[in-house]
Amino acid sequence: MEYIPTPQSSEPTANKILCCDCGTPIAPNPSNMCVMCLRTRVDITEGIPKQIVLQFCKGCERYFNPPSEWVHCVLESKELLTLCLKKLKGLGKVKLVDAGFVWTEPHSKRIKVKLTVHGEVFGGAVLEQVFVVDYVVSHHMCDDCHRSEAQYFWRALVQVRQKGENKKTFFYLEQMILKHKAHSDTLGIKPIHDGLDFFYATEAHARKMVDFLSAVLPCKSSHSKKLISHDIHSNLYNYKFTYSVEILPVSKDSLVCLPKKLTQQLGGISPLCLVYRVTNSLHLIDPSRAQIAEINSTVYWRNPFNPICNPKQLVEYVVMDIEPIMDKDRRTFPGQGAISNKHVLADIWVVRASELGVNDNTIHTRTHLGHILKPGDYVLGYNLEDSNINDANFDKLERNNIPDVVLVKKYYDKSERKKRRMWKLKHLTEEANGLITDTRDYNEFLDDLEEDPDLRQNINIFKDNSKQIPVDSTDETDETIPRITLAEMLDDLVIDDVEMADE
Amino acid sequence: MAFRVQFENNNEIGVFSKLTNAYCLVAIGGSENFYSTFEGDLADTIPVVHASVAGCRIIGRMCVGNKNGLLVPSTTFDTELQHIRNALPDSVKVQRVEERLSALGNVIACNDYVALVHPDLDRETEEIIADTLKVEVFRQTVANNVLVGSYCVLSNQGGLVHPNTSVVDLEELSSLLQVPLVAGTVNRGSEVVGAGLVVNDWAAFAGMDTTSTELSVIESIFKLSGAGPSSITSKMRASIIESMS
Repeated sequence: MEYIPTPQSSEPTANKILCCDCGTPIAPNPSNMCVMCLRTRVDITEGIPKQIVLQFCKGCERYFNPPSEWVHCVLESKELLTLCLKKLKGLGKVKLVDAGFVWTEPHSKRIKVKLTVHGEVFGGAVLEQVFVVDYVVSHHMCDDCHRSEAQYFWRALVQVRQKGENKKTFFYLEQMILKHKAHSDTLGIKPIHDGLDFFYATEAHARKMVDFLSAVLPCKSSHSKKLISHDIHSNLYNYKFTYSVEILPVSKDSLVCLPKKLTQQLGGISPLCLVYRVTNSLHLIDPSRAQIAEINSTVYWRNPFNPICNPKQLVEYVVMDIEPIMDKDRRTFPGQGAISNKHVLADIWVVRASELGVNDNTIHTRTHLGHILKPGDYVLGYNLEDSNINDANFDKLERNNIPDVVLVKKYYDKSERKKRRMWKLKHLTEEANGLITDTRDYNEFLDDLEEDPDLRQNINIFKDNSKQIPVDSTDETDETIPRITLAEMLDDLVIDDVEMADE
Repeated sequence: MAFRVQFENNNEIGVFSKLTNAYCLVAIGGSENFYSTFEGDLADTIPVVHASVAGCRIIGRMCVGNKNGLLVPSTTFDTELQHIRNALPDSVKVQRVEERLSALGNVIACNDYVALVHPDLDRETEEIIADTLKVEVFRQTVANNVLVGSYCVLSNQGGLVHPNTSVVDLEELSSLLQVPLVAGTVNRGSEVVGAGLVVNDWAAFAGMDTTSTELSVIESIFKLSGAGPSSITSKMRASIIESMS
């Protein structure tokens, strides 16, 4: 028997065996196969899908990032790679070592990503595999584009109306909507001569708006629906829903006459009252006794009343003399409603501003504005003596108990105020044909905001950077003009596009 | 010739059979196909004996033998022992061995001249092996593994060992055993060559999963086929050229 030297003695370091499949000499490994044969046998990328759909919106050029985000990505960018890897399922079983893009034609709607993974194969051997995943870019309209496209196709409509002469309530409503972002689902807003129309895609959104409105202002609503189409076989009915919301006709600074029953319910308030605030309930004040009452929505609509005088009919008066009434002199009776602490009841003698110096016709009346008036001030009020009032409740009152003049508010110089206003408000619609902002009503609304801190609690006020703050304090003529402090104003959000600035 | 067989859909032939130059033992209960493959090649020359050891069919791993004798573990039934003694030719001495490591097929690898044993084998057993099988006994490990019978297959022409055996070890073993050795696998990459393969001087049987590469390695190291592809360039070349010219 010949001694034949062992055939594989050339390698001093490691022994080589033949791969059991193809016969190439390899170093022994747990599977005893060469890498090629192992790769043909075992695929560690088995569970990973090789073709995935990516969604892309043509309108805004964004990719969909589940669950609900749309992101801007440039082709072959890091964000796109993150998005692609996130979509890839089954990467948990293998270890991802490297990922990169393979160039594809930009208009081909295909994105190729080359991945390198390490996976364990039988017997403990770790196998490295490189493979390519194909992403097909498919078109899918995102929600925002949907909403802007669906502008002309609405399913639900909310009609908000106020049968009054004053637009101030609408300005207030606009600010409330902006603050609470209640207009996020609307497809469009259209101003009509007596109010606003809000268009929605679904009935649920419209109902949400109606609920919001009834929480913000005293209003009553009714709804109806119109059948558009009917699918006989599956019994599906296609409707257009309409909600009609009517806001109460009374606005701030108007004079109202309450029905007798209501006066008794409110604690014996006098029937002639001034409205000093309208929020989600109506706040009334009796000028002759400084008694306040609050009427909420349901109570108002149970026995509604109209205003007697509205702010357009205010007349200017000059204060001749004022004398506050002491508490001990006041007449109270048991069961009377709340008396206001913020107002001071006073006897006042006024003369019409137009008649100042012409004749000495001073008029005496009681007013609740004792805390802000002094002789020489200008006051606005209603002249009941000379007005022709058409109201059922008013006719029932006794002539002797009706005051001649009802003073409403102090008068400041308009132009002075407008110049020194350091703040501004935002608006719902950008077009100027909406609620026109340069009119008297809007300015009065802004005046109201300055005077009444409770009213502006619910409104976002922004600093107007285009107007300068007065440096010289001696410039101020009248220090009692109500102003909004700088601390209350919000800084308007200005987004600076840094990339554009660099270019 | 090297053959591929399966015992009841199992590729570990070395577990269910024992092949030597003088006889062949096969387990009972397999399909006729299994037996016919063995008998077809071997029945002319040597007896093919159906047997069981201790009631088990894993006779390949329980007993060890060569043309001179056969060793069975102490757990073998008397009836089985008798049956084997009857079936085997008289030249083969059958001996029962009292040994703690009772799976003799796993701890001993032998051919007709030398035997490799587990380093912890009893001295008495070693003497019995030397006596009955008429071999020279060496205590060694294969690829740092003590189960020499499982990881090494020997015949008089050559031997196949565990694939992780280093070159140094291979040379050492080869010089000890005086036969050429190669490190390889059987049954598509299985390292347990002793359990997957049985071989004698002219025949070898491996599992159905054995790849052609492995089979060619087996044939070349155990010198089983006369007409391998390498022989064209070596032995047959002279005669081919002669006839053409």
